[in-house]
Amino acid sequence: MKRGYFGLYGGQFVPETLMPALKELEAAYLSSKKDKAFQKELSELQKTYIGRPTPLYFAKRFTEHLGGAKIYLKREDLAHTGAHKINNALGQALLAKRMGKSRVIAETGAGQHGVATATGAALVGLDCEIYMGTEDMKRQALNVFRMRLLGAKVIEVPIGSRTLKDAINEALRDWTTNVRNTHYVMGTVFGPHPFPSMVRDFQSVIGKEAKKQILSAEGRLPDLLIACVGGGSNSIGLFHEFLKDDVNMVGVEAGGHGISSGEHAARFAGGSIGVFQGCKSYLLQDEDGNVLGTHSVSAGLDYASVGPEHAYLKDSGRIRYTYATDEEALSAFELLSRTEGIIPALESAHALAEAVKLAPKMPKDSIIIINLSGRGDKDVEHVARIKGVHI
Amino acid sequence: MASSRITKTFKALKKQGRKAFIPYIMAGDPSIEKTKELVLLLEDCGADIIELGVPFTDPLADGPQIQRAAERALANGVRLRHVIALVKDLRKSTSVPLILMTYYNPVFKYGEEAFMKDASEAGVDGIIVPDLPPDEAGVLRRLSKKHGIDTIFLLAPTSTPERIETVVKASRGFIYYVSITGITGARLHLGSSLKESISRIRSLTDKPVAVGFGVKMPEEARAVSGIADGVIVGSEIVKRINSEPQDFSKLKEYLLSLRDAIR
Repeated sequence: MKRGYFGLYGGQFVPETLMPALKELEAAYLSSKKDKAFQKELSELQKTYIGRPTPLYFAKRFTEHLGGAKIYLKREDLAHTGAHKINNALGQALLAKRMGKSRVIAETGAGQHGVATATGAALVGLDCEIYMGTEDMKRQALNVFRMRLLGAKVIEVPIGSRTLKDAINEALRDWTTNVRNTHYVMGTVFGPHPFPSMVRDFQSVIGKEAKKQILSAEGRLPDLLIACVGGGSNSIGLFHEFLKDDVNMVGVEAGGHGISSGEHAARFAGGSIGVFQGCKSYLLQDEDGNVLGTHSVSAGLDYASVGPEHAYLKDSGRIRYTYATDEEALSAFELLSRTEGIIPALESAHALAEAVKLAPKMPKDSIIIINLSGRGDKDVEHVARIKGVHI
Repeated sequence: MASSRITKTFKALKKQGRKAFIPYIMAGDPSIEKTKELVLLLEDCGADIIELGVPFTDPLADGPQIQRAAERALANGVRLRHVIALVKDLRKSTSVPLILMTYYNPVFKYGEEAFMKDASEAGVDGIIVPDLPPDEAGVLRRLSKKHGIDTIFLLAPTSTPERIETVVKASRGFIYYVSITGITGARLHLGSSLKESISRIRSLTDKPVAVGFGVKMPEEARAVSGIADGVIVGSEIVKRINSEPQDFSKLKEYLLSLRDAIR
């Protein structure tokens, strides 16, 4: 495979100004992988700071309710800051320090990656600025304040659609301008090489732990893995360790109001191949190659493209991709809350919605692992609004 | 291969001891009809080569002036195919070298082969794709040669000797030197480093080097023209078009002052 590519997908589609920085980053990343002291510091912090390994929990009442396969939840919601995002943000913050950068920047949609990056920067001692669309800042005021508490500066992005993709454009512009002292902490397995591989490697701790945990709990590998796919970092984090095993996998995109409505973020169901924000992948675009607006009840899945490695795994048939609508996700959100006492993130609720469809049809001795990528506290207000409840 | 219209222009200028004035405007802002009028005005004001921006939803190498212009053009319904049609129409009245500055995805979606064929037939002389470094441009470079369109690549202050070599080799027509580490329309720093960077490029090639990003006022244009073979001015022109989209008389004065400054 061509360097930086997954089959047809990936690459480095960025302004020339950034090309040397990507090379520097790739070199630093590769050397850090072999550096025992760096790896030791990372794994120590994963344990003592993030709280890893996160539990693999058998969801007994959820399983009984659905009446089929045994369902395990990989509890990334119990990681520090409440989602898997910290795995990557901490790794990149350490890498930034190693490269001698004094400042990190990041984009954020719902605010989870912004909070994780601000946390990593506070821990390591770096200046931190987070780009966030005006619309998202309004919807996620609590996370804006959290980032500020953590010492980060939140910069409003008032142009374009004023959401995640515009925040990424602005972060890339900032990086282009300040590349000499700044590292860009990309939040998902997207953008130019080496980000898709590097972020995957930082997230693959999820699958590595899950494999050990399921072998110890059940003495065998699971039959099915399910995870939601926005950019695709929590899903690839769970899936990657199992790619060579005889395990089925499903990635669940945001179906929004349904594919025919045009209001969704299901890139595989409704998109075509395109080049966007640094890499080639599936993209929601019009016939002239302009990027379409997206919709999802969950801000973390509300993005027009998807990680290039997912595009490759879709084409190869190794992973099946489907989608859950807003309605299905909301219903799964409530179901897990009621049956297990766990309020999931709306993103993770998309993965749960797929389990609601599949588990009842599977034998009782089969095993599903769902990546519970984040906790739902951030979504409670939003869900109340949708249900017409004033808090 | 016969030398391109862009190459001929630089050769003729060199003979006369002059430097190229290369203005940029966004096609479709304020309208496609006005863009036609503006191209002819630019030529009248002494533009040697003209860059036509192709509107795109996510112009990540551009500053706010050009992003807003792209938003206005998109709202007017202007797409890559309309810009190609505009060039075809313009060729009835002018032979000034025309370059399309477009992001990669519209070209990729159009189909690279179909794009090169249609653009070449319409009379496009060159393309600049700011999010397509030479490393990713293999197909486009091959097709552009076949269809006689120059591919102009960019160099930046961060470019390493290795990058300079790659870009110099891949560029045809001229090399676009980005004067600053940043986006279009940012503030220019005129210092010894610009001069040093250009001489480093010149030590590797005879191809012309034009400088853009951040050149706004005639004094800056004059200083840059003392170092480079061409001066590119974009954001400031786009801004002035938008502030008086119906009356170009003040714009004309400004363009003439730029022309006068570039020697």
